[in-house]
Amino acid sequence: MRMPCPHCGPRDVREFSYLGDATLRRPDPNAADAVDRFADYVYLRDNPSGPHQELWYHGFGCGAWLVVTRDTANHAISAARSVDPSGAPPRAAP
Amino acid sequence: MRYSALSLALNAIVGHRTWTPAWRDAAPRAAYQVIVIGGGGHGLATAYYLAREHGITDVAVLEKSWIGSGNAGRNTTIIRSNYLLDGNIPFYEWSMKLWEGLERELNFNTMVSQRGVLNLYHSDAQRDAFARRGNAMRLNGADAALLDRDQVRALAPYLDFDGARFPIRGGLLQRRGGTARHDAVVWGYARGADRRGVDIVQNCEVTGLRIAGGRVTGVETTRGAIGARKVAIAVAGSSSRVAAMAGLRLPIESHVMQAFVSEGVKPLIDQVITFGAGHFYISQSDKGGLVFGGDIDGYNSYAQRGNLPTVEDVCEGGMAMMPCLGRLRILRGWGGLVDMSMDGSPIIDRTPVAGLYVNGAWNYGGFKATPASGWCFAHLIARDEPHPVAAAYRLDRFRSGRLIDERGAGAQPNLH
Repeated sequence: MRMPCPHCGPRDVREFSYLGDATLRRPDPNAADAVDRFADYVYLRDNPSGPHQELWYHGFGCGAWLVVTRDTANHAISAARSVDPSGAPPRAAP
Repeated sequence: MRYSALSLALNAIVGHRTWTPAWRDAAPRAAYQVIVIGGGGHGLATAYYLAREHGITDVAVLEKSWIGSGNAGRNTTIIRSNYLLDGNIPFYEWSMKLWEGLERELNFNTMVSQRGVLNLYHSDAQRDAFARRGNAMRLNGADAALLDRDQVRALAPYLDFDGARFPIRGGLLQRRGGTARHDAVVWGYARGADRRGVDIVQNCEVTGLRIAGGRVTGVETTRGAIGARKVAIAVAGSSSRVAAMAGLRLPIESHVMQAFVSEGVKPLIDQVITFGAGHFYISQSDKGGLVFGGDIDGYNSYAQRGNLPTVEDVCEGGMAMMPCLGRLRILRGWGGLVDMSMDGSPIIDRTPVAGLYVNGAWNYGGFKATPASGWCFAHLIARDEPHPVAAAYRLDRFRSGRLIDERGAGAQPNLH
């Protein structure tokens, strides 16, 4: 698998660490049902077979967190963007 | 037909032309009392024990392909009960006891071989941790022996004892652990269930669950709708996909786990041996191939194939533990799907939908659990209450904080 890093170009998957589902959003801790929402947020996953938005960290490259769209049924990567809305790399690519 | 030395001799005389199929390839009926989704080891064992222990024979096992074609055929066939935590050991030890009587129970040669499982340790701290684990095992009725370096050397002299980085200090040995023949486990349970009236329906993929008023009423399949009072999901690897048909989200990610077999060699490795300074385990099949594996690839996947960095990582672990492996060629490798749960432990429980039960989240350790998983799942389905040794495997334990986290890795499935 080669990751199309928006800052560094296509790079070996060895340079990246995987975190998981990128669509999870931290709930409001002040909500009345915060306990239930946090349990869902921490533990439950859609876990789809097909396109999956997921977080990868380019630790052995530019140091960016990326949102990668990858098909879990065949590992094909269709998109990768920085989590930083400005799109700037956190450090210069080696 | 009951298998015996006599039946073998009589069939040999007539040139093996009169053997009958071991189970019927059934067509689905309109309705059953219980439908088990998934014709792997766990689903077939569940059907077998429903019939054998609870007298419920109006059961269908629905398999989307042929039985045993999923993860039952993609594991490394290791059986053991070397767990640490209270929620786990009684369950896995019960599974080990069932393995020990399985061939007589099923009248089928499942090739259970109690050749021993040896976990190597490489430091004082790891020795302490293994001593603690061994004590926990013995307190729960399992067997464990803490070996020093010379005792390990007597068992496996070919290991790299004096490597500068990971010298072997000893090992924790479970002599009752070992291996079994994965296909034979599937076939044995299928035959036993079939003989008690269970329908085994192959090439029948479940495409939907019928739910009315919060209660399951049946399933939609590629071979038509089938009614059922109770539906049991036993599809580890794809649990989330089937649970989604009932609108449920599970505390599971599906990951790919690779395993490998080398070219066949003369008998070399007597036990199952695991590396303590990395993730690597190896045994030798009866055909002579060395069967080995290591870490999961670490990202969500349903592709049933992995990537090269993991192959390299597994082989590095093998070379660090057993340098003579470098002279062998890998014959083949494959990838299986594993339900990685949020605490690394399984789920056998009811769901919020009445009459719908789920058995999954076996992480990378489902094969050894097959007999007890079927036993406990059948108990749950038949009596609507958990079996005592599986009572901790609840779906709501994540919300309530009663996690069973052997690895201590937290809610990050690819670290378990």
